[in-house]
Amino acid sequence: MSKFKKKKGGGQPAISTASLPDIVFMLLFFFMVTTVMREVTLKVEVKRPKATEVNKLERKSLVSYIYIGEPKQMYQGQYGSADRIQLNDAFATKRDIIQFVEAEREQRDPAEVPLMTFSFKVDEEAKMGIVTDVKQELRKANALKINYSTYKTDDIFKDQ
Amino acid sequence: MARRQAPEINAGSMADIAFLLLIFFLVTTTMDVDTGLTRKLPPMPEEPIENEDIKVKQRNIFQVLVNANNDLLVEGDIMDVSDLREAAKEFIIGDPNFLNEEYPEGKEETIPLLGTVMVSKQIVSLQNDRGTDYGMYITVQNELVAAYNEVRNEYALRKFGKSLDQLEKESANSKKAEMQVDAVKDFYPQRISEAEPKNVGDQ
Repeated sequence: MSKFKKKKGGGQPAISTASLPDIVFMLLFFFMVTTVMREVTLKVEVKRPKATEVNKLERKSLVSYIYIGEPKQMYQGQYGSADRIQLNDAFATKRDIIQFVEAEREQRDPAEVPLMTFSFKVDEEAKMGIVTDVKQELRKANALKINYSTYKTDDIFKDQ
Repeated sequence: MARRQAPEINAGSMADIAFLLLIFFLVTTTMDVDTGLTRKLPPMPEEPIENEDIKVKQRNIFQVLVNANNDLLVEGDIMDVSDLREAAKEFIIGDPNFLNEEYPEGKEETIPLLGTVMVSKQIVSLQNDRGTDYGMYITVQNELVAAYNEVRNEYALRKFGKSLDQLEKESANSKKAEMQVDAVKDFYPQRISEAEPKNVGDQ
């Protein structure tokens, strides 16, 4: 009757692929759960330095990032090539830090505020002056847990 | 068994779809584990402290200066950054009897597991210029932390027969290991003090 019926009765029966969609969904869910879409577009060039004695940053939801570096090529016309601070999606000055800290704190559960960490993603060529200014502002805002973001390496003197 | 054979839909292309999705998510996923040097900033003083109040004896301080050209001055001598770790270790360990004038003084302290021991009053003081490169600053910080870690590791190995890393791993489910970790950390407390940067070089 059926048009699709195989003419030949013999031969190997087709392997059932009915469970393939399940595999697809499994993979899909796994990657959907683990994927973290980039929240900010970097406007500054950040090449992080290397270090050996690193700790892992735990509880990513409690980490706020401060980016410091040279503005990317496309922004240099407007902002120049001196090191700049980037908070969230915009360039900022050190005067914005306290406000940024407060805004970040407001988003978190009050019980977790003392555990918040501010992570510095700073270009290795950046000067310490601007980093120190940011640190002073953080001290003023009483945000004392900080982290200098680095790559892990086994020997920092290897390729220098 | 007269089960009527239902026509099967060819699902061979499902695998292609699976791979398509897999590749898409593989590409978009950034699995970078954030690593870094964790530090604690000192709180802002409530009121300006008189400079005379905080006097630390010269012999207790290990002074590290970095200038705008990324040169290192350690205890008054120019030093290459690759030698910093050894120098810092030597200072942190110091003189076991606390008699040598060049090394820090000792202070009696009671530490659980160790009893009353003499603990070195060492302080590492780090001062950099506003023009110092951040990369250099991180390298110096890293070397100082590494010096502390190595000293602690050696001590833990001598005292408890296990390295500090090992003890820290065990401390999750062993009270004894946790106490040992604390004892080692109390015996060699990490004291890295950062002075306000100078502005000698331009910018």
